[in-house]
Amino acid sequence: MKTIDYTVGGDGVAILTIDVKDKPMNVLTPDFLADIAAVADRLGADAKLKGAVITSGKSSFMAGADLKQIVDSFDEERDVAQVYGWCRTLQQALRRLETCGKPIAAAINGTALGGGLEVCLACHYRVVGDNPKTRLGQPEVSIGLIPGAGATQRLPRLIGIERALRLMTEGRHLRPAEALEAGIVDQLVPEGQEVEAARAWVLERGVAVQPWDQKGFKVPGGAGLMHPAAVQTFVVGSALLQKMTNHNYPAPLAIMSAVYEGTVLPIDKALDLESKYFTRMLMSTVARNMIRTLFLNKGAADKLVRRPKSPARRPVQKLGILGAGMMGAGIAYVSAQAGMQVVLLDTGLDKAEHGKDYSRKLLQERVDKGRMGADDARAVLDRIATTTDYAELAGCELVIEAVFEDRGIKAGVTGKAEAAIGADAIFASNTSTLPITSLAQASARPEQFIGIHFFSPVDKMPLVEVIVGEQTGEVAIAQALDYIQQIGKTPIVVNDSRGFYTSRVFGTYSREGITLLAEGVNPALIENVAKHAGMPVGPLAVTDEVSLELSYHVMRQTRKDLGDAYRPSAADAVVTRFVEEFDRRGKRFGKGFYDYPEGAKKHLWPGLAEHYPLAAEQPAPDEVRKRLLYVQALETVRCMEEGVLTHPADADIGSVFGWGFPPYTGGTLSFIETVGLAEFVREADRLARAYGERFAVPKTLRGMAERGETFYGNQRKAEQRSAA
Amino acid sequence: MTDAYIFDHVRSPRGRGRANGSLHEVTPVALLTQVLEAIRDRNGLDTSRLDDVVMGCVSPVGEQGACIARTAVLNANYAENVPGKQLNRFCASGLEAVNTAAAQVMSGQSDLTIGGGVECMSRVPMGSDSGAMHADPAVATRIYFVPQGIGADLIATLEGFTRDDVDAYAAESQKRAANAWEQGWFARSVVPIRDQLGSTLLDRDEHLRPGTTVQDLAELKPAFEVPGQQAGFDAVALQKYPQVESIRHVHTAGNSSGIVDGAAAVLIGTRESGKALGLTPRARIRGFASIGTDPTIMLTGPAPSAEKVLKRCGMTAQDIDLFELNEAFASVVMLFMRRLDVPHERINVNGGAIALGHPLGATGAMILGTVLDELERRDANTALVNLCVGGGMGTATIIERV
Repeated sequence: MKTIDYTVGGDGVAILTIDVKDKPMNVLTPDFLADIAAVADRLGADAKLKGAVITSGKSSFMAGADLKQIVDSFDEERDVAQVYGWCRTLQQALRRLETCGKPIAAAINGTALGGGLEVCLACHYRVVGDNPKTRLGQPEVSIGLIPGAGATQRLPRLIGIERALRLMTEGRHLRPAEALEAGIVDQLVPEGQEVEAARAWVLERGVAVQPWDQKGFKVPGGAGLMHPAAVQTFVVGSALLQKMTNHNYPAPLAIMSAVYEGTVLPIDKALDLESKYFTRMLMSTVARNMIRTLFLNKGAADKLVRRPKSPARRPVQKLGILGAGMMGAGIAYVSAQAGMQVVLLDTGLDKAEHGKDYSRKLLQERVDKGRMGADDARAVLDRIATTTDYAELAGCELVIEAVFEDRGIKAGVTGKAEAAIGADAIFASNTSTLPITSLAQASARPEQFIGIHFFSPVDKMPLVEVIVGEQTGEVAIAQALDYIQQIGKTPIVVNDSRGFYTSRVFGTYSREGITLLAEGVNPALIENVAKHAGMPVGPLAVTDEVSLELSYHVMRQTRKDLGDAYRPSAADAVVTRFVEEFDRRGKRFGKGFYDYPEGAKKHLWPGLAEHYPLAAEQPAPDEVRKRLLYVQALETVRCMEEGVLTHPADADIGSVFGWGFPPYTGGTLSFIETVGLAEFVREADRLARAYGERFAVPKTLRGMAERGETFYGNQRKAEQRSAA
Repeated sequence: MTDAYIFDHVRSPRGRGRANGSLHEVTPVALLTQVLEAIRDRNGLDTSRLDDVVMGCVSPVGEQGACIARTAVLNANYAENVPGKQLNRFCASGLEAVNTAAAQVMSGQSDLTIGGGVECMSRVPMGSDSGAMHADPAVATRIYFVPQGIGADLIATLEGFTRDDVDAYAAESQKRAANAWEQGWFARSVVPIRDQLGSTLLDRDEHLRPGTTVQDLAELKPAFEVPGQQAGFDAVALQKYPQVESIRHVHTAGNSSGIVDGAAAVLIGTRESGKALGLTPRARIRGFASIGTDPTIMLTGPAPSAEKVLKRCGMTAQDIDLFELNEAFASVVMLFMRRLDVPHERINVNGGAIALGHPLGATGAMILGTVLDELERRDANTALVNLCVGGGMGTATIIERV
């Protein structure tokens, strides 16, 4: 056997140690499944054996399937029968194990997620070691899949429908004690004693029949629609599921249906049913999109896939921050949390201290919630030094300016900081709107000048956009990426452009929403459809949150900078009226597209109906949805075409983690691939005819569609070429 | 086509559908049995002449299961040759049973039938039969199922009906129902329900609250705000109706139909069969129709089903003297009045289920009888009986005095 070490002790208990070679974690490979089936036969055949203990030879127990393999399979010829056959193999191997006639206990000596936990559920007894790092759960739903190795059937039979559904539809990870309380494991033992405890169970109390294979078995709490509790669970569960998914994610529903239909079937039929649902999910592009972007590409970005090979990694020990406003304060907090010495500089000490107050507040909350010790919190705070003196920046490997978006002010602080810091220090701007190349003109060493664009609030937002100016050198890129990895965020790397990538594309979303309003489309329809399409916030609400005032300033600045090249949008006039005529400048000011009554829910400003009367004919929700999503996808393609983006993965990660482009799409470019390039081009052409130039199809995209290419396909070919 | 005539109808009084309701101790089969006995006895009916007994019942499980119609036929000691069938078109089941019984006559396959219905909501609570429509996740999500109260609130939101509007409608229903009882207008068709010792348990509808004012109603809490917001139903409804910013929850226990126990029966047949038995036709069933509409908002079926049956009969709303539309929720009736331009003076003239209660499987047969009595009292001719129906349906029947 390649993946399982089979050793029988003098007491007649077989110890099965899983160790899938060449993988950092045990995963469900075809070899492993063959080995499990072989083990089951061997256990059943050996009359002298008393039973078996399954454990892991690695520090974690087992993860689930090999996700890279699943994503790659989308590019291969495959049909439903094939995928279903594979799913059944998985099911049957574990089913043979639990019916082999010998008691089998799982000694869970580390994290067991997805398929890993399902192996344990197919055992007759589960012991988990009390390791603070161990997590148990069925997280498949977070990547568009459902459990496929029996959990949708064994879990509800073990702990009841409602609890099983919650675990699987939320995909939550449980600590060992929580897993014991939930009834997923039978015994919690000190770390390292898992195998002994499991062996003791086999010898002293071993039972070789699962509860669901015993006569008269009933699902705890009841199953089927003659059970009022089950009815209530499914009625309310179906509504809450729709609220959560907006009908965009098939996996939670597949889980619920598998449990609904399966819990009234005998276990073998029930497992087969799960395989059918699992097959459908494996065939769905949502799973491909989510695994590719949220897991594989994000994982690669977190490992700094875009980092130049040299220079060697240089962690930031001392970080300078210029400007203690909201962004500066947030950057100080996350950096100090990550262990860096932080110099927080502003024009007045009171201002700098005010910025530090943000960390005081967040740390206090963590202490109050018991997530952090008071001493640790104090140590973090002590790492943030406030000052007005540029000399204090001496020794910083990296300085980030987060001052007001004004070229003059930025140029001033750049000069002063560069005078104080070492020759090899990197200077970064956290601008969200001004081109990096132009800001670098104020730098004496533009090759060490780079953009590090944070999102607000810094402590919550997972993405950081690194902007490479025309003269930015590799050392600066490496330093920026090393720093972002230190603070535990996900970087993307883009080239300079107005609004870079994220702000530029995100702007098209809010502008399209405002344009719809200007056309007389019902604002409730605009906002609801956006949310139903999966955007976290409607375009009008988000403009309120960013503030109409800011949109107004950016618009005027851009118009000034671009002169005749500026292309006005229908949204410009709306934004101008809201600021100049209505004095409704956004949420911060208490009024914008919405009213913000004290102590009550916000609601759309009734004045909208007067100033933007509803058009007699309202568009279908689908048309609004298309406009809001397509406009973003098309602008992303332009960013690819112009070289602002160099990799489709950056486009997808940036859109999902930067501004919440719906994860089921996989991101702005995966969205196009999901629609299909030819179909997307056809629809965009129609939208361009109906609504204007902003939907015009970029040449490269049209060419790709004609040649039957895809973004990721071309990327892979390019990588193969450069490897060869 | 043979004409189907109505010879008589009886109903039980409506008992509060709770443990303190006066009919709570009566089993569904016993309740329906007493109604069947009454229609037999007061007409001196030779039951062996009946070709079928069709009964509506919305939760046909437990005590209401196993074909309650045939069970009650046997229990009422009808002739053995009388079959029975139970059907379910949710809230219109009672009317649908009458329509089906009439259809057997109209098609020439039966000469004499009974249609009606029964629902003891105090003993077999609403939803006891569960069902795929709302509990099978694949189905419930495909049709964007939400409870009917959310649909009623959504109608009010879309139509701009305020809490005051719906409460005013409800207060008027209470006033009309109380007046009708006071004047004795219901007396002819309501049969007292007795216990085994022969004592009367109930001889009047007991759900109504005479003297209810708009101010009283304003005190009540919206019934569907909590499920709407906490169980996710509002969000589901908005996915189907994205033009609505948020649902205004205006319906309460006071402006929605009451939960009650009750049963009803309507005697239907050809003119000839009536003549042979000495029965006088009181009205002719001119036509009926059912229709499907959006299942999410669920309750907008009345207007299209009314239009459908009017068209079939070659009539317009102006040809109808009295409308009787089940008061499932105030907004349902208000929407109907707006769509068909029906003045309040011509609809639900003696109140409705807001005051009297809505025994799901029986209501359709009850309100058909109520409006027939009222036609006779006023010496008017035509009436349209109508109900909104779960799953997004509507059922309507037109009757005409002869």
